[in-house]
Amino acid sequence: MNCRSEVLEVTVEARQVEEAMLALLHTILLHRSTGKFHYKKEGTYSIGTVGTLDFDCDFIDFTFVRVSSEELDRVIRKAVSEFKDALGNSGSDGMGQISLEFYQKKKSRWPFSDECIPWEVWSIKVNVVNLANEQERQICREKVGEKLGEKVINVVEVINRHEYLPKMPTQSEVDNVFDTSLKDVQPYLYKITFQITDSLGTSVSTTMRRLIKDTLAL
Amino acid sequence: MDSGLSPQDKKDLDKFIKFFALKTVQVIVQARLGEKICTRSSSSPTGSDWFNLAIKDIPEVTHEAKKALAGQLPGIGRSMCVEISLKTSEGDSMELETWCLEMNEKCDKDIKVSYTVYNRLSVLLKSLLAITRVTPAYKLSRKQGHDYVILYRIYFGEVQLSGLGEGFQTVRVGVVGTPVGTVTLSCAYRTNLAFMSNRQFERSAPIMGIIVDHFVDPPCSSQRPANMGQPCNYRAPDEEDGGPFAGVQDSQEVCTTSFSTSPPSQMLHAGKEGGVVLVPAQPPHGADAHLTAEHAPNTPGSSGDDDGLSQSGEGRRDEGRRSVSPSDPVESLNAFTRKIGAFVNKPSTQVKRIFCKCLNNISLICLQRPAFSKDDLLPMDLGTFYREFQNPPQLASLSLHISSQSMADDLDSLPEKLAVYEKNIDEFDAFVDMLQ
Repeated sequence: MNCRSEVLEVTVEARQVEEAMLALLHTILLHRSTGKFHYKKEGTYSIGTVGTLDFDCDFIDFTFVRVSSEELDRVIRKAVSEFKDALGNSGSDGMGQISLEFYQKKKSRWPFSDECIPWEVWSIKVNVVNLANEQERQICREKVGEKLGEKVINVVEVINRHEYLPKMPTQSEVDNVFDTSLKDVQPYLYKITFQITDSLGTSVSTTMRRLIKDTLAL
Repeated sequence: MDSGLSPQDKKDLDKFIKFFALKTVQVIVQARLGEKICTRSSSSPTGSDWFNLAIKDIPEVTHEAKKALAGQLPGIGRSMCVEISLKTSEGDSMELETWCLEMNEKCDKDIKVSYTVYNRLSVLLKSLLAITRVTPAYKLSRKQGHDYVILYRIYFGEVQLSGLGEGFQTVRVGVVGTPVGTVTLSCAYRTNLAFMSNRQFERSAPIMGIIVDHFVDPPCSSQRPANMGQPCNYRAPDEEDGGPFAGVQDSQEVCTTSFSTSPPSQMLHAGKEGGVVLVPAQPPHGADAHLTAEHAPNTPGSSGDDDGLSQSGEGRRDEGRRSVSPSDPVESLNAFTRKIGAFVNKPSTQVKRIFCKCLNNISLICLQRPAFSKDDLLPMDLGTFYREFQNPPQLASLSLHISSQSMADDLDSLPEKLAVYEKNIDEFDAFVDMLQ
C-alpha cells in the first residue's frame, strides 16, 4: 500500500502562523475523526457523536470548524505552539513545514516493536514574511483568509476522493487504527512532526521533533 | 437500476438520502444565521444523531425542507437546492449562492449501503460544515443586521443559477457513490458583488422601528400558531409537544448507530427486529466491516413518512421571493410574527433571531437591542435617544413664563411683608446688634 501524500503551502505573517496551522490541521482532523466506538457482544459496535465548533481567528479574516473536543484541541495547540516557537527562533524570514501523518500499527513479534505504517501524510509548508505597516497587515489578514479558504477546499477535495482508509478494526485491534486516548472523540492514529529551514532554504538543523501519540518503547 | 439491491438496502438507502438532505439544509441554514455554531461531542451514541454528527434540527427549517421535498427524494434530474440571498434595508435583494444536492446516473453497485455509504455521507456532511464557512456569503451573514438580512429558499427540481450573475464560481463539496447513483453536493456562489459596493451601508436609524415585543402576545393572538409566544429558545425536536411542526418528529427516528466487525466468512442473521443479513464479501476498498444495522421498530411517524417517500407528487417548489418591506414597519413586523417560530440564542440576550415566515419565504432577521434602550415594551432606539439628549427639556425654574409669574406674585405681596417687617423692627435691630 502506498502512502497518500498531500502538500499545502501558505505564506503568512509571524503572528498568523498559529491560527493558520490550527485551521488546516483541525480541518483535516475533523474529517479523520469519528465518535468513540463502543463494542458490544456479537461483534457489533456503536459509534458516538462528533460535535463541531466554529472558531474565529484573531489575526486572520477566517473562521474554521473544528471537532468539539478540548482534549484534542489542546494536543494540536501544543504541537502548533512548538512549531511556531521553533519557527520564530530560526530567524526573521523563516520557512518551515509541519506534517500531520495518519498511520496504523502493525503488530510485530517480540522483540521487535510495532511497526507504524503511514497511510496519509499532510505536509503544510509555511513561509513567514515580515510586513512594514498596518495597512499591509490588514491586506495580509484578508488575503491569508482567502488562501486558507482555498486550502480548506483542497483538503475537502482530497478527502472526498474516498481513497484508502484502514479497515474498521475489531475490539482487540482498535488501538492499532484509532487514537482511543480521548474521552469524547476518536481520531485515526496520527502524529505531528515539523522541521525548520532558514531563509536560504538549507536545513539549519534537522530539528525533527516527534510528538508521538502512542509510545513505542520496547 | 436497483437490480441487486436488497429491499432492506433500498429502504436504508432511501432513508439515508432523505436524512442526509435534511441535515444538509440544516447545516447550510445554520451557517447563515450569523453566529458561531457549537455542538457537543458525545461518547455514547444517542440514536438520534444521524451520521454520528451533532447537528441540531431547527424545526422550521426541517419543516420547510420537507415541504420542498414533498415526499420525494433527491434523484436523477431532481435536485434539492438551497438558495441563499441577501436583502437590504432598502428592499433590494441579491442571490449570493445556491447549494445543490444532486444525483447522477453513475452507480456503484458494489458499495455497501449500510456502512460505506453511511460513513461517506457523514464525511460529506463534515466537508459541508467546513465549506459553508469558506464561501463569501459566510462573512456577509456574520455581519447581517440593520443594513441587510440573509434569506434562504429551498426548492426541488432543476437547478437555477441565473440569479448569481456573471462569473459565478462553483465549488464541489464532495460525492458519494451509491448503488442507485452518485450523490453530489456543490455550491455555486456569486463573485460579482458590485451591487453591494455601490450601495450605501452607512449606519442609519433602523428603518423598521423594530418593536421587540417578542414575549408579549401580539394583537391577533387568536390567529397565531400554537408555538407563538413560547420561550424563544431552540428546543430539540424530542422536547416538542407536537405543535404545528409535529411532522418533524420522525427526523429524530433512531438512526443507524450499530455496526459489526464480524469476519467476512461469518453469516449473521440478525434475530432482532429490523436486523439485516450480513454480506460475506469484502468490499473493494477501505473499511470492510460487515454491518448489522439495528433499526428501531417503525414508529407511526416514520412508517407514515416512509409511505410518503413512494408518493409521486409535485416536487418542485418554485415560488418566488417577495419583498418584505411594506410601508408600515411596525405592521410588517406584526405580520411577520404571526407565523413565527422564534428562538433566542441562550447565551446572549442581546441578540434575538426571529424566523419569520412571510409569504412562504423564510427570513433570518438579526435584531439587536441598541444601547440606551429602555427595558419596557417600547425600547428607545439610538436615534431617538440622541435627539432627546440634544434637546433636553428646559428646567422649570428657568422658564420665563414661570419666573415672570412669580415676580408678579412677589410684588403683590410686598406691602404685606413690609408691614410685618415694620411691626417686628425691634427684633430685627436686636438681631443686627447681636451680630456686630
